[in-house]
Amino acid sequence: MEFFRYTRTFNFMGKSKLAMILSVIVVLASYAILVTKGLNYGVDFAGGTVVQVKYETTAPIKEMRAALKGNPLFASATISEFGSPDEVVIRMKTSSGNITTDIGDETRLALKGTGTFKVRRVDIVGPTVGAELKEKGIMSLFLAVFGILVYVAFRFEWRFAVASIVALIHDVSIALGMVALFGIDVNLDVLAGLLTILGYSLNDTIIVFDRIREGVTKGRNTELGEIINESVTRTLARTTLTSLTTFFVVFTLFMFGGEIIHPFAFTLLVGVVVGTYSSVFVASPILLWFGFDVKNYHVKLAGKAKREAEKQKMRDQFDGGIV
Amino acid sequence: MKLNYRIVIFALAIIFGISFSLPSLTQSEDGKKITLGLDLQGGLHMLLGVKTEEATKSRIKSITASIKHFSDRNDILIDGLSFNENEISFEVLDEDELSKFDEFFQDIEGIEVIKNRTSISLSLTPEEIIKTEKEAISQAIETIRNRLDQFGLSEPVVARQGEEKILVQLAGIKTQEEEQRARELISRAAKLELMAVDEDRSARVYNMSDSDAAEYGDIILTDAKDASIKYLVREIPILDGGMLTDASMGFDQNNRPLINFKLNAEGAEIFGDFTGRSVGKRLAVVLDGRVYSAPNINERIGGGSGQISGNYTVMEAKDLSIALRSGALLAPIYMMEKRSVGPSLGADSIKASLVALIGGFVLVIIFMMVYYRLAGVIANIALIANLFILLAVMSLFGATLTLPGMAGIVLTVGMAVDANVIISERIRELIYEGKSMHKAIEEGYANAMRAILDANITTLIASVVLYAYGTGAIKGFAITMSIGILASMLTAILGTHGVYQMLESRITKSKNNKLWFGIKG
Repeated sequence: MEFFRYTRTFNFMGKSKLAMILSVIVVLASYAILVTKGLNYGVDFAGGTVVQVKYETTAPIKEMRAALKGNPLFASATISEFGSPDEVVIRMKTSSGNITTDIGDETRLALKGTGTFKVRRVDIVGPTVGAELKEKGIMSLFLAVFGILVYVAFRFEWRFAVASIVALIHDVSIALGMVALFGIDVNLDVLAGLLTILGYSLNDTIIVFDRIREGVTKGRNTELGEIINESVTRTLARTTLTSLTTFFVVFTLFMFGGEIIHPFAFTLLVGVVVGTYSSVFVASPILLWFGFDVKNYHVKLAGKAKREAEKQKMRDQFDGGIV
Repeated sequence: MKLNYRIVIFALAIIFGISFSLPSLTQSEDGKKITLGLDLQGGLHMLLGVKTEEATKSRIKSITASIKHFSDRNDILIDGLSFNENEISFEVLDEDELSKFDEFFQDIEGIEVIKNRTSISLSLTPEEIIKTEKEAISQAIETIRNRLDQFGLSEPVVARQGEEKILVQLAGIKTQEEEQRARELISRAAKLELMAVDEDRSARVYNMSDSDAAEYGDIILTDAKDASIKYLVREIPILDGGMLTDASMGFDQNNRPLINFKLNAEGAEIFGDFTGRSVGKRLAVVLDGRVYSAPNINERIGGGSGQISGNYTVMEAKDLSIALRSGALLAPIYMMEKRSVGPSLGADSIKASLVALIGGFVLVIIFMMVYYRLAGVIANIALIANLFILLAVMSLFGATLTLPGMAGIVLTVGMAVDANVIISERIRELIYEGKSMHKAIEEGYANAMRAILDANITTLIASVVLYAYGTGAIKGFAITMSIGILASMLTAILGTHGVYQMLESRITKSKNNKLWFGIKG
């Protein structure tokens, strides 16, 4: 079976303006959502408490609300269904420092009399830990981006690095926008999802860049736009295929992986789609716009090869005992 | 068919993968296995903080107690002995006796003594405060570890995290009650104090406020069993649990559980001196600020042993003696983070993620076979080998598999075929260009190599950062992703290359590109 047989080059760069406009609109829309609706930080970053309760029958949410009412400890409590009608989570902004009777125990006591239930999960994150996790999380995103930037600059050229980072920022912004739009709890797993998107989207971008690099160094064509078009076309089958297989698994994870893994799977689902798009329509055009000069690169490469050869010659002479 | 070094390495890798992943897959008794994270097997994870300033306070209190004992023993008359946060002060009545304290003070480490004629004030030096606080943390870790080791769970984790946090992880907690017991054992201060009841004013205790009591150098404590019963005791204890050498559960005449304790030589001496002086008065046995008993002293008690009786169940008495034996916490601890997962939820998570794993796996395998035919089959072999190697490496290192870790494995399935997709596409291209099968395979691998390396290394960078900065379960994701990527490079690049080299003559002879690579021509 073949999706794309390489017979002619598609003119991707011709459409790049259109794609850019689309990207800019979507990214701006994402920021608008982020600013107006904001991210819904979960306990990991905001601190607070999550209590997951499973009833033997359908959870009596009304009675639960009534049971928690009145106690200032539960003032911020929200109760929502979690995966099935008999399972709910109670989210609270409050946390407690007492070890023997914590806010989870208080919740269990308060709910006594609402039915037969089991407390299946209690997450309590105090304010200091929350702030620390947030700081670490932001730090890790920056470090990952920086590490990637350095690596790509080292293996390719700085313009490639900058182009891929722009694509990454594009992907992460849209993913965050979607997370905010759907009001998904931002916890450590969403952060892990974002970092995975970084890796995945870059993976796609690099496969395309590798072709471009190959076209630039080996080919006779010096027209960058044409080289990019050919490279993107030739990698199109691979891009589609890998995106599909990854999409399959992320989708099954989203569908069947259970409620707890949902935010993570959702983040990835967005990331796979956007990441694939950005490697074709964002990263490559930027390379073109940055004015990457193929002829100039050839000269540089030739110079580098010459220096290497001279060094080697010197070394040989040295080893041979001539100097 | 020819053997080549690649296929040999690939075969060895598969054998390694299968044999070392078997203990984990079959859950056998022997062999190294993957540990399930707390989120999958259920358990309790806590991050505890230490109120270090309390350690300084209790140090001050205990120095005060020793000054009291020293002056009593040497018949030095002192007045107004009192202490606050970080200062002890008193007055020596006879100026000639001032010098007697010099030697005594020299034996106490890290204090600053200021003498103003006959009044003396003592405080801890700033270095000593830092030292005390540091010790409080190390001591808390040590104490909690001791207590949990005797609790009966397998492999409790107690470790320092960062400068001043304590990580406690208890896997395999089955019930709410068990978790409760563990938390009580951990947090119990287990501070034993023997205190003198102020018999002169004791009758008035029910009409006194705390500040009234403080004026006389007393404090009001309540009874452990009945909070309405109050005792007025001297604020400076006779001695504290630091001089305890052993504690164990025993039974009284009526077969009710109680706790026997023993004091060290110094404690026994102080205890003996005090009881000798105080016949007819009462002695309060105070544990964590509550009075457990206040027996009358009938005679001097030597030997330094005593009892704490209370309305204990056997379990409570056992846990309490463990806590006393492992020593008191120098400073109280509090909870900064807690994650507790019930075993049933863990089992549900395993089930759900397995469904996702198998579902995703089957989809990918079928897709690869339909799209690439035999080349897809070869890629699938690499994928399966990849999973086994991933499990084997994790088993060997005893790595922890968490729920995000499972997600990482699922994701690996999707991304590990990528290398083979890249290679197969390259080979297809070269076949279309009319290259010979040999050239198509060799150049296909050579061309694909760079892209695969660069792409995987960048993903690896992201994973490593995630590992370094991630906490708890998220680390598990980074681990499975990283191992998965590394294993995929071995199986996809080296392994499948070996398979193609072995089959090359067959592929060439068959001239059936549709069967082998899923393309026409």
